[in-house]
Amino acid sequence: MSTKLSVQHVYKVFGAHPRRALDRIKRGESKDEIFAATGMTVGVSDASFEVQEGEIFVVMGLSGSGKSTLVRMLNRLIDPTAGAIRIDGQDITRMTRKQLIELRRREISMVFQSFALMPHQSVLENTAFGLAVAGTSRSQREEKALAALDAVGLKANAHSYPDELSGGMKQRVGLARALAVNPGILLMDEAFSALDPLIRTEMQDELLRLQSEQARTVVFITHDLDEAMRVGDRIAIMQGGAVVQVGTPEEIVREPANEYVRSFFRGVDVSHVFTAADVARKDHVTVMERPGVSVRAALERLREHDGSAAVVHDRSRKYQGVVSIDSLIACIDGLGRREEGRIEQAFVADVTPVTADTPLTELMTQVAESPYPVPVVDGDGRYQGTISRATLLHTLNRTDKGAA
Amino acid sequence: MGPNVDIGSFWQALKDAFVMELPIGEGFTAVVDFMQEHFELFFVAVANTISFVADNLTEFFNYLPPQLVFGVLAVLALWRVGWRFALFVLVGLYIVLGMDLWPESMDTLGLVIAATLAALGVGLPVGVAMAKSELLAAAVRPVLDFMQTLPAFVYLIPAVIFFGTGRVPGTIATVIFAMPPAVRLMNLGIRQVPTENVEAGRAFGCNQLQLLFKVELPLALPSIMAGINQTIMLALSMVVIASMIGAGGLGDPVLAGIQQLRLGTGFEGGLGVVILAIILDRLTQSFAQPNRQREGVLTRLKRFFGRADAERTA
Repeated sequence: MSTKLSVQHVYKVFGAHPRRALDRIKRGESKDEIFAATGMTVGVSDASFEVQEGEIFVVMGLSGSGKSTLVRMLNRLIDPTAGAIRIDGQDITRMTRKQLIELRRREISMVFQSFALMPHQSVLENTAFGLAVAGTSRSQREEKALAALDAVGLKANAHSYPDELSGGMKQRVGLARALAVNPGILLMDEAFSALDPLIRTEMQDELLRLQSEQARTVVFITHDLDEAMRVGDRIAIMQGGAVVQVGTPEEIVREPANEYVRSFFRGVDVSHVFTAADVARKDHVTVMERPGVSVRAALERLREHDGSAAVVHDRSRKYQGVVSIDSLIACIDGLGRREEGRIEQAFVADVTPVTADTPLTELMTQVAESPYPVPVVDGDGRYQGTISRATLLHTLNRTDKGAA
Repeated sequence: MGPNVDIGSFWQALKDAFVMELPIGEGFTAVVDFMQEHFELFFVAVANTISFVADNLTEFFNYLPPQLVFGVLAVLALWRVGWRFALFVLVGLYIVLGMDLWPESMDTLGLVIAATLAALGVGLPVGVAMAKSELLAAAVRPVLDFMQTLPAFVYLIPAVIFFGTGRVPGTIATVIFAMPPAVRLMNLGIRQVPTENVEAGRAFGCNQLQLLFKVELPLALPSIMAGINQTIMLALSMVVIASMIGAGGLGDPVLAGIQQLRLGTGFEGGLGVVILAIILDRLTQSFAQPNRQREGVLTRLKRFFGRADAERTA
């Protein structure tokens, strides 16, 4: 993966004398102090991050946190006061008007919260808008626009007008319009925020599906944490114009940078965020290695550790099975006096391991119903740890406790 | 109140001390005189252009046989508005013809169209410029107020001084009076285009001209059409006043009615103006709405002659 977009120390000040406000920022004055003293608004303050080719990079923050300003600086709908924004290594803040228009026509397109379709144009004309502006011939732009409409499932509505479509369909047109120019970077400004929850989820799935077909570099702005978690490969969290944390959803949930970030996760359903690997623990059950353990020795060890069940794996840490006190006793009862007994005979039958990347939501029932901790294995079948009911409850509870 | 204080003379003293007489009237006269003396060529050029357009238009409408005007306007009415309005157009024009005011009506129509074209030709670009520049907007707004509220007779006089009497000063006075709504509503319309649509235009790489023609003007169209409609209406009302300086048309019978107390003649002229006004108003208003979901003329004709109950589009 290479860096597609890099934002370095970008500032935006709205007001009559942005340079003066900039000096104040550098002297350490806060946004509110500067506003009180000069009447100027600091929109974005020292934002830095990099977006990799093909990832969905989410910028999240409450309203007024500067995220919309930030995204508009990426195609210079708003000119930054200071800093550098590089697309494929080229600094767009130094571009001439002509270069900028060329960049917007070929390299970067945008999806808007209120859809921003042209009411006087048909769906097809709307979709072809960017191509028409760039001077593409009619036949070529209609072909590309139809392909884009097909991709979002609206080919049949090509000759409708925006006022005949539902909100979700309008935003599909918005998305198709942005995709039709085949941009290197797609900016989505609260693109799904105006849609009702069901349609919003549908559109998120649509985006993820499109992304699985052809990975584009997407900068996705939202104030909705669940949405950020669902679509984001990485998330940048903004507070008062500054980027306070950048990381994968798991990283941010696990180690929120400050109280503000943590407060986002209060009441958030972490079961969507965490996978089995994130919560699996190795210290909860006794682990036995084969070969070399007899059934009787195993029972002895288990009693010694005061445990009720143990995971068995081989020397290469390949998962073998789970034994419990009950299953071991039952096995010993069935043995002759002199028989050593093989530990496989004592494996609990109904325990199936889960893979490390299983989301928490999908294994909740299994963990809840299983009398034993559920073992977690990686892609090669190697033992990673177990999840007990207690671990699960603890995880689901932790963000609340963390914020309290 | 003390008996020694004479309030009247105190007031007078105050007035003498503070209020200076401003020679605004003299100034205006001086400006008009100066312009007449030094810009004669300019006025001749303007007069010739306007008289060329206005004369030809009025002559053209008078040249058209009434039957053709009936037909064209009725079909337009049927296409854009509905069969009931088409019927009104036919009856209205029949009344005009019956009152023997046909040539006057055509004169007025020509004058209104000439004045409207001139008003829009200047007004619409100014409106666009106002929307783009705060400075210009601040400068133009008081001028528009001035043009709209200054009593029309006040600039009829300088119009006569510059251009003599007749159609030309009448048209010019009409243009001045009718232009403000076109400017204002163009400005307003462009400013009211949703921000995100403008951003979308820019984000997809529009240059200034593309932004204007592909985004701003189409989205401002309802407002612009309302401005054009208002301009036509004001032009029509001014044309009557302009008959005082010999512009001719439907204002003549109205003026005659006033001057000679001929009630009937005045009323007939007035009625003619009203009929023209309603026809022009409905027709121009209909163009403010997009026609895409409307039916074609043929469907409407079929409906008209087939089923009389199909009135839901009216």
